[in-house]
Amino acid sequence: MIYAGILAGGQGTRMGNVPMPKQFLLLNDKPIIVHTIEKFLLNDEISTIIVASPKEWVNYTNDTLKKFNINLPNVNVVEGGSDRNGTIMNIIKSIEEENGIEDDDILITHDAVRPFLTHRIIQDNIDMGLKYDAVDTVISAVDTIVESEDGEFIKDIPKRDTMYQGQTPQTFNVRKLQNLYEGLTTEDKEILTDACKIFSMKGEKVKLVEGEIFNLKVTTPYDLNVANSIIKGSLDK
Amino acid sequence: MINQVYRLVSPRQFEVTYKDKSIVGEEVVIRPTHMSICAADQRYYTGTRGKKAMREKLPMALIHEGVGEVVFDPTGKLSVGTKVVMVPNTPTETDSVIAENYLRSSQFRSSGYDGFMQDYVFMKHDRLVILPEDMDMDVAAFTELVTITVHALSRFEKKAHIRRDTFGVWGDGNLGFITCLFLKKLYPESTVYIFGKTDYKMNHFSFVDQAIKIDEIPDDLTIDHGIECAGGKGSQYAIDQIIDHINPEGTISLLGVSEYPVEINTRMVLEKGLTLLGSSRSGTPDFQRAIDIYEEHPSIVDYLGTLVGNVHNVRNQHDIIETFESDLSSSWGKTVMRWMI
Repeated sequence: MIYAGILAGGQGTRMGNVPMPKQFLLLNDKPIIVHTIEKFLLNDEISTIIVASPKEWVNYTNDTLKKFNINLPNVNVVEGGSDRNGTIMNIIKSIEEENGIEDDDILITHDAVRPFLTHRIIQDNIDMGLKYDAVDTVISAVDTIVESEDGEFIKDIPKRDTMYQGQTPQTFNVRKLQNLYEGLTTEDKEILTDACKIFSMKGEKVKLVEGEIFNLKVTTPYDLNVANSIIKGSLDK
Repeated sequence: MINQVYRLVSPRQFEVTYKDKSIVGEEVVIRPTHMSICAADQRYYTGTRGKKAMREKLPMALIHEGVGEVVFDPTGKLSVGTKVVMVPNTPTETDSVIAENYLRSSQFRSSGYDGFMQDYVFMKHDRLVILPEDMDMDVAAFTELVTITVHALSRFEKKAHIRRDTFGVWGDGNLGFITCLFLKKLYPESTVYIFGKTDYKMNHFSFVDQAIKIDEIPDDLTIDHGIECAGGKGSQYAIDQIIDHINPEGTISLLGVSEYPVEINTRMVLEKGLTLLGSSRSGTPDFQRAIDIYEEHPSIVDYLGTLVGNVHNVRNQHDIIETFESDLSSSWGKTVMRWMI
């Protein structure tokens, strides 16, 4: 089975002094998370969409889905974890409880605050996710990447041609991810905040899928302004 | 949902724009899968449509020939995965006499109204016609062009006199090919001539009774009815020849679009009592009839398969440009875009 996991576990501390997590802020009068879930609802290969929200926002998430008429049987809301991987593990736990896990089950994980993704990005994640154990959505680095360990001086400037910027979705074979994660020490779990990194650190191949420059993550008030502007600027017809 | 719309903003330049759409409404959500480029799209793409039209109509998503799959129907009438052809004409009123494609209030996709180059297309149920499950989707992509012929022939059937022993079709392009093909299937006892200019194009018309070059038409050749599929500057010469060779009281169906007014020998139109029957675009009933004819005459779909020219997998904006450019240099057949963007 193919599952989608919408990661809405964060509290959005970078958004500044806002009264609610960033995924519930409005993009053209609709919560960002609703835009994102709707895009996943349009791919019929995905059997269930599991939305992971902070514990105290689970009811609010359900209310929001209802308000926008997408409280559909194939959309479930679960409690997020303490960090990104913890949230993914909670999603996997809910899959396990509902259906059990089969060897070929895959999970497309996606940031709730990346509402601009396209059909092609989701489809490529499915197609590659069925072929490879792990898939990451990336775009070629536009800016030069500078490495510094102390924040004071440059340690290295890697060759830009080999640098990419990570986006989401990230797609995984569910069982494989579960096994790898459970094999990590508590210390590793704290450091390995990116699930694709768990795969690459263990020597597993992670397939790249091309993202889009506009598949932006709405994290800061600036991003929200940009996102609202590009939608409103397009409403001419 | 944020829907990506790939609009032409100026000649040869596309930009993505983003439209907020709710999937739960009155419309069916379609994922376009196969599209075909029409000469009208190319007039916008290359900027030859005229400055005024370009200024008024752009930015706009091109393409009005396309098929896709239902991905969401809030009413549950159409099941997910149903293959459909999308009707580009969008009426805003109904009229008991005038067909939907002639109502001045109707909107037409890729002519002042966004076409099918979008991540998802939202359409009302009456703008969708279900395709057979086993339909070749590369062929289905240009069903809209087929409906131009179907529509014109439906009008012809209603308005022309009943002697239909010989038909002459002028224009050896895609529309001429489709029109000859349908005439031969719908009137198997009739003689169908194709009149064209280019040998290698006319060689494709294997199903007609005779292919004749326009400068080699015998003086004594006569036809009961003529169909003009030349378009552009060729329209005038074609209409002239049709008037010369048509029998009295025949009907001349005009299908070719010309940017400029053309001169018509009205003296002979009057003397012969001819009917000039204009025809443009099509509506949902024409799409349904086209699909019914596909099912009744499966060989038509095979013949239409020989019209499929270049097929491009389109995954990004660069592929869009490449496809339009390749279509410009293609001299025969329909360019198909497999929409994977």
